[in-house]
Amino acid sequence: MSKPNPTDRKYTNEHEWALDNHDGTITAGITDYAQELLTDIVFVELPEIGKKVRQFERLAVLESVKSVSDVYTPASGEVVAINQALADQPEIINKDAFGEGWIAKIKMADAAELNKLMDAAAYDLFIKEETQ
Amino acid sequence: MVAELQKNKLMMKKTPLYDRYLSLGAKIIDFGGWAMPVQYTNVIDEHHATRNKAGLFDICHMGEIEIKGPQAFDLLQWVLSRNLEKQKVGQMMLSVLTNEHGGIIDDLTAYRLATERYMVVTNAATKDKDLAWIMKQKVERNFRHVEINDMSDRIGKIDIQGPVAQNILQSMVSDGLALLPYYHAVEASVCGMPAIVSRSGYTGEDGFEIYTDACAVGKIWDDILKRGAAWGLKPCGLGARDTLRLEAGMMLYGHELDETIIPLEVPYGWVTNLEKDFVGAEFLRKQKEHGVTKSLVGFEMLGRGIARADYKVFKDGQEIGKVTSGTYAPTLDRAVGLAFVPASCKEPGTQIHIHIRERYVKARVVKLPFYKRSR
Repeated sequence: MSKPNPTDRKYTNEHEWALDNHDGTITAGITDYAQELLTDIVFVELPEIGKKVRQFERLAVLESVKSVSDVYTPASGEVVAINQALADQPEIINKDAFGEGWIAKIKMADAAELNKLMDAAAYDLFIKEETQ
Repeated sequence: MVAELQKNKLMMKKTPLYDRYLSLGAKIIDFGGWAMPVQYTNVIDEHHATRNKAGLFDICHMGEIEIKGPQAFDLLQWVLSRNLEKQKVGQMMLSVLTNEHGGIIDDLTAYRLATERYMVVTNAATKDKDLAWIMKQKVERNFRHVEINDMSDRIGKIDIQGPVAQNILQSMVSDGLALLPYYHAVEASVCGMPAIVSRSGYTGEDGFEIYTDACAVGKIWDDILKRGAAWGLKPCGLGARDTLRLEAGMMLYGHELDETIIPLEVPYGWVTNLEKDFVGAEFLRKQKEHGVTKSLVGFEMLGRGIARADYKVFKDGQEIGKVTSGTYAPTLDRAVGLAFVPASCKEPGTQIHIHIRERYVKARVVKLPFYKRSR
């Protein structure tokens, strides 16, 4: 069973999370539910710092042994930091998707975009429906 | 997506072990119309279990065709690329089934169970067309004294693979396994059930393929799981089967092989005897004379990235071919793959690039297999 979804952040229906750092940036990653579906992640393609991204466009690519999956950005803006540790240890995402396994930090173009995302309770329900 | 899969599950064919792997928590995929386990825990753990201890695979989906009678040999000698003259009773042979143009209808193993009785083991998705093709050849060539029976629904098949496979299995089999040579089979009883056991497999490890009555396969599966636990045996899905076979440089029908591919373009020249007459032999002799223009090669990634099936291969800025299989290889801890390239680029060491999304990632042609077990 996946870990509970923290209530301090917002969620997309593609299973990404966005944590508002209250300095105009968010930290983005994938949910524990998503890492469980992907299983053993063996490769992460990170965006370059400075890259401009638009909400729900591709931010990164995760590969398990069997599959290739896109990670979409929860908000528009500019990539200001990437989790370089994932390049050598992609399995960090499997171990700690909500913490050490973060993927990138994005300086938001429009903080109001976060209102389009689900809160933890809505996302809990969303997963429940998807698995039934 | 999940809901769609649930719906499809109802329509997919199921092996006699389906309920067992559901209760083991397997993740199910549609593999050529069959509901098969892709993994139980995770692919990497199952891969390592097979390399280091043992893995147990449900292979009931594959096809078994019995061919018997005074002309059984003649028919097979005509439809298969391999020269079967020297095949002794108890020996199995890897071969390809070719059409008139030498195209590969299937790659399969032929077991000689008695002088006039064979069992041909086919891929799951190709079984029906193999059967139709063999029947057609029987009629066209007027082999009247041979009987062809599709046994696939009546036979259950499981593979136990890995360095301790023999330790686990030997006490459960009536015949001694220690003396059974590679690519040989015995008719024996396994857990009291009549079965055929061969020392063979699709992983690059020592191991056995077990054929038994579809009703008995569950009991054998249960017994091997129970006895194997202490040896570190794990049930393994098709995910690990794929990474294991790829590391061992083995081909997969539908990826490396299809009817547009001839055995001379892939590492199946050694199972193709152009001295004898068989369907497609004449065409293949001409092809050999003219020279074969493309070749299946192994490659390893030098840059960061994993090549996948259908990614394009480039050399010096020119597109030269296509990846047929690619993965992260757990035992090698690097990304490898198989690809078709022009014959002029097949030498190990040749530098190529694989087009991965927007990037051209460096790779190099290497000798197959990627992995060979130490004996």
